[in-house]
Amino acid sequence: MEERLKSDFEKTLKNLNFSKKEIETKQNYLSRFLKAGLPNRNLENWKFSDLSQIIKKNIGELSFYNDYSSSNKVDSSIFVDGLEHNKIVFINGRVEKIDFQYEEKNKIDILENIELNDNFINVNSLVNLNNAFTNKHFKIIVKNNYYLKKPLIVYHSTSKKIKSKNINIRLDFLLEKNSCLKIIDIFSDNSEKNFVNVFYNFDLHKDSILKNYKIDKLENNNIKYSYNNIEQDTNSVSETFILSTGSHFLKNEINCNLNGRYSSAFINGIFSLKDKNHHEIRTNINHLIDNTKSYQLIKSVSENDTKAVYQGKIFVNSEAQKTDGYQLSKAILLDETTEFNAKPELEIYADDVKCSHGSASGSLDDNSIFYLMSRGLNYKEAKELLINGFLLDVVEKITDTEIKNLIKNTIGLKE
Amino acid sequence: MREKQIDKLKDYKYGFTTDIENIKAPKGLNEEVIKFISKAKKEPKWMLDWRMKAFERLKNLKEPNWQKPKYPKIDYQDIYYYSAPKGTSEKPKNLDDLDPKILETYKKLGIPLQEQQRLNGIAVDAVFDSVSVATTFKDKLNEVGVIFCSISEAIQEHPELVKKYLGSVIPLTDHYFATLNSAVFTDGSFVYIPKGVRCPMELSTYFRINASQTGQFERTLIIADEGSYVSYLEGCTAPMRDENQLHAANVELIALDDAEIKYSTVQNWYPGDENGKGGIYNFVTKRGLCKGKNSKISWTQVETGSAITWKYPSCILRGDNSIGEFYSIAITNNYQKADTGTKMIHLGKNTKSKIISKGISAGFSDMTYRGLVDISSKAKNSRNYTQCDSLLMGNKCGAHTVPYIKNKNSDSNIAHEATTSKISEEQLHYCQQRGLNQEEAVGLIVNGFCKEVLQQLPMEFAVEAQKLVGISLEGSVG
Repeated sequence: MEERLKSDFEKTLKNLNFSKKEIETKQNYLSRFLKAGLPNRNLENWKFSDLSQIIKKNIGELSFYNDYSSSNKVDSSIFVDGLEHNKIVFINGRVEKIDFQYEEKNKIDILENIELNDNFINVNSLVNLNNAFTNKHFKIIVKNNYYLKKPLIVYHSTSKKIKSKNINIRLDFLLEKNSCLKIIDIFSDNSEKNFVNVFYNFDLHKDSILKNYKIDKLENNNIKYSYNNIEQDTNSVSETFILSTGSHFLKNEINCNLNGRYSSAFINGIFSLKDKNHHEIRTNINHLIDNTKSYQLIKSVSENDTKAVYQGKIFVNSEAQKTDGYQLSKAILLDETTEFNAKPELEIYADDVKCSHGSASGSLDDNSIFYLMSRGLNYKEAKELLINGFLLDVVEKITDTEIKNLIKNTIGLKE
Repeated sequence: MREKQIDKLKDYKYGFTTDIENIKAPKGLNEEVIKFISKAKKEPKWMLDWRMKAFERLKNLKEPNWQKPKYPKIDYQDIYYYSAPKGTSEKPKNLDDLDPKILETYKKLGIPLQEQQRLNGIAVDAVFDSVSVATTFKDKLNEVGVIFCSISEAIQEHPELVKKYLGSVIPLTDHYFATLNSAVFTDGSFVYIPKGVRCPMELSTYFRINASQTGQFERTLIIADEGSYVSYLEGCTAPMRDENQLHAANVELIALDDAEIKYSTVQNWYPGDENGKGGIYNFVTKRGLCKGKNSKISWTQVETGSAITWKYPSCILRGDNSIGEFYSIAITNNYQKADTGTKMIHLGKNTKSKIISKGISAGFSDMTYRGLVDISSKAKNSRNYTQCDSLLMGNKCGAHTVPYIKNKNSDSNIAHEATTSKISEEQLHYCQQRGLNQEEAVGLIVNGFCKEVLQQLPMEFAVEAQKLVGISLEGSVG
């Protein structure tokens, strides 16, 4: 793989225009990745999902070079109906469209080609891979006191054209004081057997609000990794919702640093796995100062040779008194072939805190099924109704009504 | 100087040393030393071969390093692997032959070995450094067929049992410290409860490290045959020294059909001084196998001592309907560190496990609960309940919870809860208002916090443990 990486890296550099300094930074990232390689189960964070093996088994040899010179046709059928929204469209890793038509022009800055720095060199090997190979690096700045009128939908789509490719996408967002941004990520794939690596970096200034909804609904045979880094200043709020369903393998990682007082982070997630998928959510919430809050709720329903993994960590350092941290994961296993693994972790160095976590897994409650069937539902209906209610609980946590309804419709949940 | 020492002794009253002549194996870890140990114990050849096999394997093993408390590298060549009080090469037939200094030591520790002095009828196996010096109430136990002796005696007298079960739960191929123990273990207890016997008294072992620069590597093997019951207690202390001493024990429990083993530990090794100097490294492998149907193993531990505690008493629930339980209180103060918890491995149908863990950390200490609940796809209808609560005193200490939960079975239920908090001002205020001083109030609240676990201990131990909890936290409030 090493030879391939090096030659693909050279090829990538040749076809894109980077400054000398940037090339150096990219080389740094690459050499870090070369040293560590793809993560495997010997790493604590990848204990339950051995990516290196998964890629080997499902993709075989990966190619890292992508031709970004020619544009792809945007297929408008993937766009969400019935919700007015701003768009960013990625096709095969290339930005094809950026459209903030509903917003005031001077309130949003879109910076293209900002220079890459080495701030993220110590995060993990996949972030290193991402930074070494991303072609364009956009930064979107929401100005002071501006609330976006409509949500932004980022479409991540791939076409049949590519196979056995590694695609790297990076976006940076800066929310200035008292601003608000809602982002929906929608994955729609026509390709097979690619490894998609997405890295988002969010910087939340004082009083700003970020809502990020990640929707991986459509069935596909790709392998995906997504890493969100969220830095939060005083009184900022971040809300992340993850729907983890369609891809063959998907790992969502959220790293959230609560740097400012009264900042809070909410993470809600649903696994709904039906056919041989293997999905993971890993969260890392760092309470770094006093009076911060975090809340996590993860629910999983799985069957048919699937594996769901939740690793959640709440870290409270010694200055972070009055922290309020909560974490709950619940899983329903529908048959014998499925698996749910959890590692809810607390690491606490301050005494005046309120931190708790809970984790439960089991089968559907026979008594509830009996109750519903005695009232005239058949087994299938009873089961669906119970699962519906189980998952609805998470969707109800979404604070934006419009988006909540959209997500409800996508999943097919009824009230 | 003397005053200072007395002052120190107040904190850890078991910190005295017994001035006694020792026979030691040469320093270091090599084949000669293993042969020396085996010879000193008059072991048959198969035992020596077994040790050698472990030693061979050890050469290719590396120390694990995933644990939370890091420690300076241990120089395994700088440890005495065998140290015995002079004159114990033959185990004394009766207590009159035993060095009075040793008797005195145990008396000071509150464990009188004279049988007539024991009111409560607990049979004791006393292990001093590397040898078992006395086992009490042997005759009475013999009447019902219970074998309770040191493991060295068992190797000679009951080789068929030892051969069959030694290493059957913790195999030679296990992790570094377990394999090290297999190669160099010196003494420990052996218990066999025959079919259908309910052991008439509590059995207990008292471990004492006395000599300096020695490691204690004890090995305990408890077998409960069909339909039997035994309750076993373990206590341990060590003198105060500035060096870190290694204690790497292996404990194997085997419960056959319908048998029950209750294993309680009150661990009070020397924790080091208030600056974190000295203390015991307590790296222990404890594992129980519920081999038969309807068997039950329950671990109860009160961990107050040791500079570093690193152990996970585990249950392998292989028999259908078997039950595993784990009750733990771990208290760390000053610079103590603990990484402890349990593993419940469900293999049989209808297996149940329960984990109650209470962690208290104060001073500059660090406490980690690490546990595994693994339900295999064949363990239909199994249940697990886990609760781990931590209490923090001050913001220089840490409390961590790292549970691993693996569920591969849709018929099974796992529930896990954990909380972390501090003693609330309200509770303190309430107690103080009623005339308790702050320290008493904290003691009362902490005891309430631990009650669920303390209840599991046999009566005499529970009282001891309760006091110990109070002492361990002295000076941590205010």
